[in-house]
Amino acid sequence: MAEPRTLFDKVWQSHVIAPQGEGTYLIYIDLHLIHEVTTPQAFEGLKLAGRKVHRPDATIAVADHNIPTSNRKAGIDDPESKLQVDTLERNVEEFGVPYFPVDSINQGIVHIIGPEQGLSQPGMTIVCGDSHTATHGALGALAFGIGTSEVEHVLATQTLIQAPAKNMLVEVNGTLAAGVSAKDVILAIIGKIGTAGGTGHVIEYAGSTFRAMSMEGRMTVCNMTIEAGARAGLVAPDETTFAYVKGRPYAPKGAAWEQALAYWRTLPSDPGAHYDKKAALDASDIAPHVSWGTNPEMVAPITGRVPDPAEIDDPLKRAAVERALQYMQLAPKTPLVEIPVERVFIGSCTNSRIEDLRAAAAIAKGRRVADGVRALVVPGSGLVKRQAEEEGLDRIFRAAGFEWREPGCSNCMSMNNDRAEHGERIASTSNRNFEGRQGPGAKTHLMGPAMAAAAAVTGRLADVRQLG
Amino acid sequence: MEKFTQLTGVAAPLPMINVDTDKIYPAVYLKTIKRTGLAQWLFQEIRFKPDGSENPDFVLNQGPYRQAKIIVAGDNFGCGSSREHAPWALIDFGIRCVIAPSFADIFYNNCFKNGLLPIALPKEIIDELMEDAKKGANAVMTIDLESQTISRPDGEKVQFDIDPFRKHCLLNGLDDIGLTEQKGADIAAYESRARGSKPWLFGMTQADG
Ligand code: SF4
Repeated sequence: MAEPRTLFDKVWQSHVIAPQGEGTYLIYIDLHLIHEVTTPQAFEGLKLAGRKVHRPDATIAVADHNIPTSNRKAGIDDPESKLQVDTLERNVEEFGVPYFPVDSINQGIVHIIGPEQGLSQPGMTIVCGDSHTATHGALGALAFGIGTSEVEHVLATQTLIQAPAKNMLVEVNGTLAAGVSAKDVILAIIGKIGTAGGTGHVIEYAGSTFRAMSMEGRMTVCNMTIEAGARAGLVAPDETTFAYVKGRPYAPKGAAWEQALAYWRTLPSDPGAHYDKKAALDASDIAPHVSWGTNPEMVAPITGRVPDPAEIDDPLKRAAVERALQYMQLAPKTPLVEIPVERVFIGSCTNSRIEDLRAAAAIAKGRRVADGVRALVVPGSGLVKRQAEEEGLDRIFRAAGFEWREPGCSNCMSMNNDRAEHGERIASTSNRNFEGRQGPGAKTHLMGPAMAAAAAVTGRLADVRQLG
Repeated sequence: MEKFTQLTGVAAPLPMINVDTDKIYPAVYLKTIKRTGLAQWLFQEIRFKPDGSENPDFVLNQGPYRQAKIIVAGDNFGCGSSREHAPWALIDFGIRCVIAPSFADIFYNNCFKNGLLPIALPKEIIDELMEDAKKGANAVMTIDLESQTISRPDGEKVQFDIDPFRKHCLLNGLDDIGLTEQKGADIAAYESRARGSKPWLFGMTQADG
């Protein structure tokens, strides 16, 4: 009998073209997503070498990072942002790459639109010059972020030189309590295994908690896999996956759908497949989480406190926590629910899908954003925005004092104008709380969308379970 | 790509864990469409004060470390964003080698594409090299890629591992794309097989509707 294989092994092996030196392989890439920030130097490289894009029909472009989220008709006022977007538009034109223009309903954050359009499918290899490409692993695709030189390599050859990753299994079983979201699951996992816990590995998420999770929730989990250091995250495709993909604009149709579906059903890991590393959590132990520090492993349940560096033995870890608390301007042992916020950001490729907006709106409904707090809701794509408006979510947010914006990356990384003021403290549904990530000196607390809405209406970090 | 054979220079100590790429190269400067001239923004938040003046506490602002060619750092160096601006900025500053107990995968890959050598070594050895790097003008190390050795300031040699293919590319300054293009026939054969077995993946991004 053949050796049992993991989902990762299957996708990897079916994409190996040839060995490329010792321990490295040339692998084929099925889908290449590109955006304006990490591609100008890659296209420049192609031009200098007189190369073409090998497969424009497996490539798609969108501008998301630099795009204004209000008054779009006025165009981009920042000249550098404008140059980056103009450069992308010139390049896609010159190289014949399909593109979702800024004024199209299909525009949005690259990792939102891939699954939403049915472009991201099970069993594919998907890359993008962006670390959160891991998001697409929710569909059972091997999806990972690459650097600009690799973007150029994929554009020119539709291949990459890679060493195979190791397999890691993260199993979560049980039912999540009310008020606990997919974001809390991934924050709890990162808190447990650490920001380097998955380095060199691809993480497969398994167990009844993920089986019961919606595709949106799985995407939130896979999105932040990179924050655990892993190259990619994967969830085995199942009926939930197939129902999600079916009928989307770029999904296979008719006979091709049947053929694809038959293939997708062969992908889940075989019983007894080998994993190099394992971790497990019990869903019933997971509470709503928030981050208190400056990397995503610095998290705690909302009922907890800021840690005390004096209680940490390892000198480098202690120094890191001291530095984090200094940057975050937090005293050791402060109860998390006593930390006031000045800004709230609901958006990003982690949490800007329709389900996220519904969860936040459910908390915002009938309440008011606290005095002195500025709260932004930025849908992940034009389609998400339209659906939210059809459901009346925009009216709920507006009535509660939230700003309702156009889709894009926005305050997640602040390349457009949605930057935090210097030193502002933000409750954010994004994925990174690094120093300066949301603006110079900005202090980020990561959390799920309902928790962020709860922070907006109370003016501090709050336990959403107490808002009912 | 510039070759990497031997490098002699001052090693700067950066005893921090989880140095992320936002720290190495902040997001606000990602708007550039160039890959050169990025050193001015390297380590911006810790290298400069909010008023733009140098932070004298930061190692690369201190005497001999201004000319550092090597950085010795803590675990999980280069985690976070995939931005290749991080290695570009390091190189532009003059750093050609980073030594740490571990690296984040994407950063590690990006280094090799740019002639920057990342060396991973066990923590006990890093602790010793970190002490060496604190010797200011005497923190001079020599990295020899061919023999895979680091010569410490006292002359002692430390051996390191590197993937043979990557070593070959660095030593010869080889361009990955050129190498891959030599496998054109293999790629074409793969594509024709895939067209047969997974036809829905072809013409995909042009087939809306
Ligand atoms: S939303 Fe944030 S993390 Fe996601 S692609 Fe945009 S900038 Fe990156």
